Amino acid sequence: MKMAGFLLLLAGWLLVLAAVLLLRAVAPQAAFVLVGMAVEALALVLVFRAHLVPHRRHE
Amino acid sequence: MSPLAPPALSESGVVLVLFSILLIPLAIAGLALINTGLGRSRNAAHLMMSSLCVMAVAAGTYFLCGFAWQGVAGGPAHAVSIGGKPWNWLAGQPWFLRGVEMNGSPASLVVWMQILSVALAALIPMGGAAERWRLGAMCASTALLAGITYPLFAHWVWGGGWLAQLGINYQLGRGFIDAGGSGAIQAVGGLTALAMAWILGPRRGKYTIDGMPTAIPGHNAVLVLFGCLLALAGWLGLNSAGAILFTGVAPLATVLIGVNTTLAAGSAALMTAVITRVRFGRPDASLTANGWVAGLAASSAACAVVPPAAAMLIGLVAGLVVPFAIENLELHLTIDDPGGAISVHAIGGIWGLIAVGMFGRFPSPAAGESGQWVAQLVGVSTLLGFVLPLTYGLNRLLNRFLPQRVAPEGERQGLDLYELGAGAYPEFMTHTDEFLQR
Repeated sequence: MKMAGFLLLLAGWLLVLAAVLLLRAVAPQAAFVLVGMAVEALALVLVFRAHLVPHRRHE
Repeated sequence: MSPLAPPALSESGVVLVLFSILLIPLAIAGLALINTGLGRSRNAAHLMMSSLCVMAVAAGTYFLCGFAWQGVAGGPAHAVSIGGKPWNWLAGQPWFLRGVEMNGSPASLVVWMQILSVALAALIPMGGAAERWRLGAMCASTALLAGITYPLFAHWVWGGGWLAQLGINYQLGRGFIDAGGSGAIQAVGGLTALAMAWILGPRRGKYTIDGMPTAIPGHNAVLVLFGCLLALAGWLGLNSAGAILFTGVAPLATVLIGVNTTLAAGSAALMTAVITRVRFGRPDASLTANGWVAGLAASSAACAVVPPAAAMLIGLVAGLVVPFAIENLELHLTIDDPGGAISVHAIGGIWGLIAVGMFGRFPSPAAGESGQWVAQLVGVSTLLGFVLPLTYGLNRLLNRFLPQRVAPEGERQGLDLYELGAGAYPEFMTHTDEFLQR
């Protein structure tokens, strides 16, 4: 899950770069940048979950 | 704004920049004191000693190869052409600072400022990984930060790299703006602190077997609060020098920068004090100190381009966010961050970058003015999507060859005795049962 999270972080960034490269009008460019950042947010959730300290319950 | 060559400065301008750079070590001293005060007494000497070592390694590594890869705007660089536009991604300066005349030229001022800035950035992860990070591994990790992560991002922002050129190449306002280093210094350091907190895991005894965090208070609030005051003086220099050298504002704008920096820090600290007073019945000194530094971290990016009222708002938001971020990281995400470095520097710094897009006012209109906030978001996305995985990967790799976490015995004994052989306060005896199984 850690690896998937970090790869997803990278994917979100590449989406942002693609938006800057391929789109010219500000509105669609901004929309795609926000989508890329949403992917990064999802990736952060994954990475944070993967690093949670496991705890034991009292029997 | 974001000139693609270092600005030509008058003699008085050079003197002002020199004076500003002379203040920056106070920010380093302030952070070192804050980190030490927020740690336990058994690790105090180790934390201060580590600060010196980290600063030395950062400066040495930056001298060796860091500046060669960061460079100055308008200097030699490696660029690839994508879609007919140049993407400048790495500087091509000679190693060992060869070719830079140390005579007060803008390039030499950049070098001096950056040696201190990289040391400041390298001190930030210590706050997040304190009390369990071996000194040798800390130095090796600092070399990675000062030699790879920091220069790469700093080149993109301050060395005429692709982020700085977003305005020229893609009409995104004036390109990514980060005058005093909210991103290049604070967020890079804060994200490295996050990576280290993940890699090292929490301190022994921080979480019970039920997963509940236990409070491990710092040992000296006076050190922490005095560190905050020193940090303000250092940040005034950092923001002034950065704004003049990297965004090309006139030296007289230092007045606005000073007012904005002070207002942001003050309003952030007040906001945190009020929040902790309302929530816990009393204002919390360590959280208020964290709020103060978060206000400073957030102020850096926009210090030269926002009116004082906006700077105050930037500080208020930073002071509002930090205590909740610290609590959530500790309670829900099981991140043990003794110095609050992740919330203060990463979250505060990223907020500062976004604030440039929201509140930035520029003297002359540029093409694609409305795209400024998109440029800022691209920079934030680069921090999260590139810098964080890079710094995590590098430190994870380092951890395979040089284990970074101290042995359990060292944590029990305290790093002062375990790694240095002598405590910071030898006349005090410490008895503790905090490592007993709960």
